[in-house]
Amino acid sequence: MNSKLLLPIALGASLMFSISVEAKMMNGEKLAKEQVFTYRLLDDIKSFDPQINTAVQGAELMRDLFEGLMNEDIKGKLIPGAATGFTLSDDKLTYTFTLRDAKWSNGEAVTAKDFVYAWRRLVDPKTASEYAWYMELMGVKNASKVVKGEVTPDQLGVRAVDDKTFEVTIDNALPYFASMTVHGSTFPVLQSVVEKHGTDWTKPGNMVGNGAYVLTDYRPGEKVVRERNPLYWDNENTIVDKTVALIINDDNQALTRYLAGEVDKTEIPAGQYPRLLKQYPKQAYSYPRSCSYIYWFNIGEKGPKSLKDVRVRKALSYAINREIITDRILQGGQYQSFNFAHQKTAGFQLPKIDYAGWTQKERDAKAVALLAEAGYGPDNPLSLTLNYNTSETHKKIAIGVSQFWKKTLGVKLTLANNEWKIHTTKQQNGDYEVSRYAWCGDYNEASTYLDLLTSYSGHNVSGYSSKEYDRLMVESKTMKNPNANYAKAEALLAEAMPFAPIYQYTGVIMLKTNLRGWPVDNLMQNWYSRALYLVEE
Amino acid sequence: MPGLTPKYGTKYMLIRKNSLQSLADTMSEPEIRGRSLWADARKRFIHNKAAVAGLAVLILVSVFASFGGWLAQYPNDEIDFMVIGQVAELGGPSFANGHYFGTDDLGRDLFARVVQGTQISLMVGIVGAAIAVVAGTLYGAIAGYVGGQVDNVMMRIVDMLMAIPYMFVIILLLVMFGRSISMLFVGIGLLSWLDMSRIVRGQTLSLKNKEFIEAAQATGVSSINIILRHILPNLLGVVAVYATLLVPLMILTESFISFLGLGVQEPNTSWGALISEGAGTMQYGTLWQLAFPLFFFVITLFSFFFIGDGLRDALDPKDR
Amino acid sequence: MLNFIIKRLFFAVPTILVLIVFSFLLMHMAPGGPFTSERALPPEILANLEAKYGLDQPLHRQILIYLKNVVLHFDFGPSFSYKDRTVNEILSQGFPITLTYGSIAFVFAVLSGVSLGVLAAIYHNSLLDYLAVGITIGAQVLPNFVMAPILVLIFTLFLGWLPGGGWEYDDPKYIIMPVVALATSFMASIARITRSSMLEVMNANHIRTTRAKGLPTRYIILHHALKPALLPVLSYLGPTFVSMITGSVVIDMFFSTGGMGLHFVNAALNRDYSVMMGITILVGVLTILFSLVVDILYAWIDPKIRY
Repeated sequence: MNSKLLLPIALGASLMFSISVEAKMMNGEKLAKEQVFTYRLLDDIKSFDPQINTAVQGAELMRDLFEGLMNEDIKGKLIPGAATGFTLSDDKLTYTFTLRDAKWSNGEAVTAKDFVYAWRRLVDPKTASEYAWYMELMGVKNASKVVKGEVTPDQLGVRAVDDKTFEVTIDNALPYFASMTVHGSTFPVLQSVVEKHGTDWTKPGNMVGNGAYVLTDYRPGEKVVRERNPLYWDNENTIVDKTVALIINDDNQALTRYLAGEVDKTEIPAGQYPRLLKQYPKQAYSYPRSCSYIYWFNIGEKGPKSLKDVRVRKALSYAINREIITDRILQGGQYQSFNFAHQKTAGFQLPKIDYAGWTQKERDAKAVALLAEAGYGPDNPLSLTLNYNTSETHKKIAIGVSQFWKKTLGVKLTLANNEWKIHTTKQQNGDYEVSRYAWCGDYNEASTYLDLLTSYSGHNVSGYSSKEYDRLMVESKTMKNPNANYAKAEALLAEAMPFAPIYQYTGVIMLKTNLRGWPVDNLMQNWYSRALYLVEE
Repeated sequence: MPGLTPKYGTKYMLIRKNSLQSLADTMSEPEIRGRSLWADARKRFIHNKAAVAGLAVLILVSVFASFGGWLAQYPNDEIDFMVIGQVAELGGPSFANGHYFGTDDLGRDLFARVVQGTQISLMVGIVGAAIAVVAGTLYGAIAGYVGGQVDNVMMRIVDMLMAIPYMFVIILLLVMFGRSISMLFVGIGLLSWLDMSRIVRGQTLSLKNKEFIEAAQATGVSSINIILRHILPNLLGVVAVYATLLVPLMILTESFISFLGLGVQEPNTSWGALISEGAGTMQYGTLWQLAFPLFFFVITLFSFFFIGDGLRDALDPKDR
Repeated sequence: MLNFIIKRLFFAVPTILVLIVFSFLLMHMAPGGPFTSERALPPEILANLEAKYGLDQPLHRQILIYLKNVVLHFDFGPSFSYKDRTVNEILSQGFPITLTYGSIAFVFAVLSGVSLGVLAAIYHNSLLDYLAVGITIGAQVLPNFVMAPILVLIFTLFLGWLPGGGWEYDDPKYIIMPVVALATSFMASIARITRSSMLEVMNANHIRTTRAKGLPTRYIILHHALKPALLPVLSYLGPTFVSMITGSVVIDMFFSTGGMGLHFVNAALNRDYSVMMGITILVGVLTILFSLVVDILYAWIDPKIRY
């Protein structure tokens, strides 16, 4: 989306790191002798394979162990990665990336063939990647056909023009295509290594990557260690020598271990941010993060009759006291939400949504009136079931909402807590009335959210279907500035209310005071160990 | 099964087969059967201080569960909007604002929630134990009484079931049919009838050849009637002791299931759920959220243990 | 005796088979599959995944294939959620860890439990006895998901003596808290059984006789009372040992040991069929094995028992 993508890499690097190795100084601060960064990992890593990984926390590792065509800087701006830049054909359908001289951790040169191999591998039915859809989302030519098995993977619209030139052909113009190459599933892998070791190729010792770090130790359920890759092209500007991820399932336990000095970074449990901020003002952080939390209303076939009435849906949404949820329950600086896309999404202009501007009192009054109009009241109370999946935070919000609806509207709400797989299955089968959901952006652009509500989206579980909405979204793909359309689309959603927006995320973390370079300004939270450094305290 | 039953062993401790066996033997000796046995037992039980204290505590806890709701100033699901968000500062136990036990993390009245959690936990314990006892007794009595190949097959089945990791079945049941109190009953009840069936079977086998049973058979009483009228009453002592000691096991199991997040649905709660919530926030200055439910949990389990031990000693007066 | 062992081992085969089929069916009846995720997978991708993992076969064929692989190749298949790893790898990595801390905790629980029980029995109805009973019941009813975080708060945060989690085979610092948290409730159970069975034995006729003969109490306990008193403890130890060495979800979760205990719950929740099956089979086999071991020990200690 940003037109200034073709920053020469030398400039980019020197801007980022004005470091003099001898003096061990960085931006005027003395570097710590021991450059080891330790952070908390919520769950064990499911896969170290870039094309297989589906988890956000897995992606953090991928970005250290491998390097895709483009990277993000500390502000989330697109900068060159394995490619020094790209050119776009006039029809906006062919991207030509120029690769820099870089080496794999076994000394082989990184070539365009490696990208071709990895991209084909992602969609190959034999790989059976759960993220094969990502390449379909990117619109790479023939991606869908390859996934379906209709054509062979070599028909995918990617090509190694020569060792240093990688060419991609896409079906439709996509303004944010380049920023999608920051995603881990597009990272290159080395064919010879994958074929030699099979699924074992990701084991420490076997794995060969082109990232700034190599995987040196993995103890399942306990920790993951990655260490500096001396062959990385920008090794001399890399400061952290070793990054250790400690797997700690329990939030409170993680905080205890942070306070005991065992980790340098951890998430703050819900509700604890204000207290920690008071106690450790230089360590507690809250910053926007690209995820949005909503309650779906089922207006599809299997949904209840009551929810088919837009007045009921509006009443329910209005009656949610979002201020209580963000300021009293979550307490981590989260944003009250009246729309879908995260309000800090790049270029996104929040449309004027009427009820966002009202006071809660006004909303409540309006909600009562709307529900009465729809025929529900003390004699004929509305009964609904709210599904949420097992989690302390989801539970608290659900309890809060049940109280708002009960007090204001007299709604009899049954809470149904299910474990994750059941929750998801029910939601995707349209087998619910009201259901919790959260969507995190894949890239920093509002369509990553708004595409969900199109009638042709596989993720639209509400049953919402609007020709006008579909038209706006299709049109946005080829527009120079699609944000006008996004605003219109959001306005449509506020009118139809296929879901109640609840809140928009913040990252709420504890960071050791001597750690620098954490990308608090990057909405996508794409962090790289090589951009971090520790200073002497 | 991998640690899913942290208290797995409890069953073996509680239902000490040897002493139960000896109790069962005592109970089926004709000369001490009948009224005098129970009268003696009562006397012995009353002299056991720990058991009587346990009974008293249990009665108090039951009263708390039944009538505590009347004292609560708030319903168990109502959020106190004055408190939510500042629970550590404002949510402590206080008579002034009516939150006798303070509030939970969402500002809901902990007193009301503990009352309601006590109801659920006691119910799970008692109904679960009842299911286990009824199933185990019937199964064991039938196997023992019918005997022969039927007995053989029935007992082989029990042996097989003993090798199954039970918590696995419970988790799957809760996962498959959604979580509900009735599913908890069934799952937990299923957990514990196997030992009972073995003891009852052995007992039935020895009773079967006693004269009074043979007399009943000779006069043409049906098998079902013999089991119900003659065999089961003679097992009452064993069953009573077993049931009393099974209840705390059920409560412990429920607390573990709640810890896994598979317990009862909100706004309902249980001791396990309250304790696990309280344990999560204990370092954040809201210790009362752990202390109150844990207190009731611990004293109740203590009581059941003491009563169970007392009952067994009372019914089986071998010098202990 | 040999006959008995052979018969038991022979009987174990159908038991394990039933266990496998039963778990397999239950597992597949649960809603949602291993590939159910936040983002509904397009049908073609789901089809590819199911083909890769053999889930497109009819259920009875899946069971047969599974059995064949397990029996012939000792291959428990690939994990559905840890896609780079096989079940064999997961078990061979996690089981040694739980086996280590479980065995240590077992020894600790048995030694301390038996000593506490014997002491309480000897000083029956004294203050020591009451104290022991109180402590053991207390230890038994305190859930370890409460105890584990308390241990970490005390020994990691406040005192800074022990690491709050992690695992090193050769560093006792990492092993202490898992062992204590795991052993406590078992120790309490063992103490209670020992105490009551010891009391029973001490009052039995032959012990009374030896006492009347004026032999020293210590001698009587060690040579006459202890052995019969430990028989009931022994029958408790079989299942206890299995449940301890296969780990605990609470321990693995709070202390990040990387053990096997956590895998079971996670596998159930993630519908990781193969990991679930692998653990079930492992635990089933161990359970059968150790109940056999206990029976053999029983016969050895108490020659009156005949099989």
